[in-house]
Amino acid sequence: MKKNSNETLKNKYLLTGLSVFCVLLIVLSFVNSDLVAPVKQVSGYLVTPVQKGINSFGSWLSGITENFEDVETLREENESLKEQVATLTEENSQLVQDHEELERLQELYDLDEQYSSYQKVGANIIAKESGNWFNLFTIDKGSSSGIQKDMNVIADGGLVGIVTEVGTNWATVRSIIDDESNVSAMVSNTSDQCIISGDLTLIDEGSLSLSRLTDTDNAVHVGDEVVTSYISENYLPGILIGYISELNNDSNNLTKSGYITPVVDFRHLQEVLVILEQKEYVPSDSVSEESSAEVEESTEAGADVIS
Amino acid sequence: MKRKCIMALLIIICVLLQASVCPMIAIGEIKPNLLIILTVSFGLMRGKKEGMLTGFFCGLLTDIFFESTIGLNALIYLWVGYFSGYFYRIFYDDDIKTPLLLISVGDLVFGVVQYVVRFLLRGRVNFPFYLGRIILPEVVYTLLLTFLCYQIFYRINRSMALTDE
Repeated sequence: MKKNSNETLKNKYLLTGLSVFCVLLIVLSFVNSDLVAPVKQVSGYLVTPVQKGINSFGSWLSGITENFEDVETLREENESLKEQVATLTEENSQLVQDHEELERLQELYDLDEQYSSYQKVGANIIAKESGNWFNLFTIDKGSSSGIQKDMNVIADGGLVGIVTEVGTNWATVRSIIDDESNVSAMVSNTSDQCIISGDLTLIDEGSLSLSRLTDTDNAVHVGDEVVTSYISENYLPGILIGYISELNNDSNNLTKSGYITPVVDFRHLQEVLVILEQKEYVPSDSVSEESSAEVEESTEAGADVIS
Repeated sequence: MKRKCIMALLIIICVLLQASVCPMIAIGEIKPNLLIILTVSFGLMRGKKEGMLTGFFCGLLTDIFFESTIGLNALIYLWVGYFSGYFYRIFYDDDIKTPLLLISVGDLVFGVVQYVVRFLLRGRVNFPFYLGRIILPEVVYTLLLTFLCYQIFYRINRSMALTDE
């Protein structure tokens, strides 16, 4: 009996000790995330190859199960796809013409500053966040391929997310449908600013919520294109996010909110592109200094005019 | 020593499977929670201390690989492991009913704590939605997986116990 109570006591000490250790870790990583970075580096280095292996094994397995799919459905699909090919070829030829025209016009206007010109690196998704609450995933390229924190990630021509952590051969990406993600965006044809944030309650619709849209002219409509804003701190301007699917007036009658449908198919995402270019962000102090300097200059100029 | 090595290997394998295979078998965006099965199983089969340690390392590894704040998962799994240790030697561990009940309670607690800490504190107050769409489906799917996994963990534990003697 004595030995038993001794053991219970020991267990309680161990429980308290480990709990305190956990709380300490939580506080530490909140206060200074650099302290835990080396541990993550080492673990990532060990784990990434294993995860790659498991992942390729998994895709092989799911490939096998797909082989058993009904032949009938495949035939039907083939037929509809053939029809689609015909229409698409027609559309494509049209688009090629349009594209050539666009290129000429772009050269004319020197507007080659689109994200097609950014340098990119392709990466595979090798693991996803273990729980059901967040939308983070790990990719198989890291700092050795030139990836850095806060770089933008795209796929299917649309924004996927942003790099949150980097190791030598891995990086974690927070996708824009994650509940903690907020992207500063704008409606591309009117340049009205808004905030696009992920919301777990929209998991079934697969959409994102749009808020704080200032649209005083009522020019924004359902179906309009939403792209990343040029005032965003971390996102490069002009990357396509999605299309507005619903728009309502807020109760304050000043702003609007609604939902957008992203262009990226987040459920079947396997490969992504990381843009190897970061938004150059000027800290707010220097901005205010510059702007005050500008104000001075302009007042001087104004004084000149008056005198 | 050999026990410890096997346990460490088992924990690492489960954490890796949770991150790479579970997303592939997800139904309706919901993944089962393999780590809660591992933690509760070993708490039930081996007692508080082992449950505690298994949970702690499972949580710590997931934190290190995926979270920016380290320690939260470790803390939750630690307590889940400890409390499942209360049922050590009270119930027969070869009967699947006890682990099923314990795992569902454990997963429920895990989900609720995650919700409170990571969502409620950010002002997401629609608890019925999160309960019905995330927490309960995860519990159900985890229970289904328990039928398979518990047998495997039980056999591993048995063979380890034999080699100990």
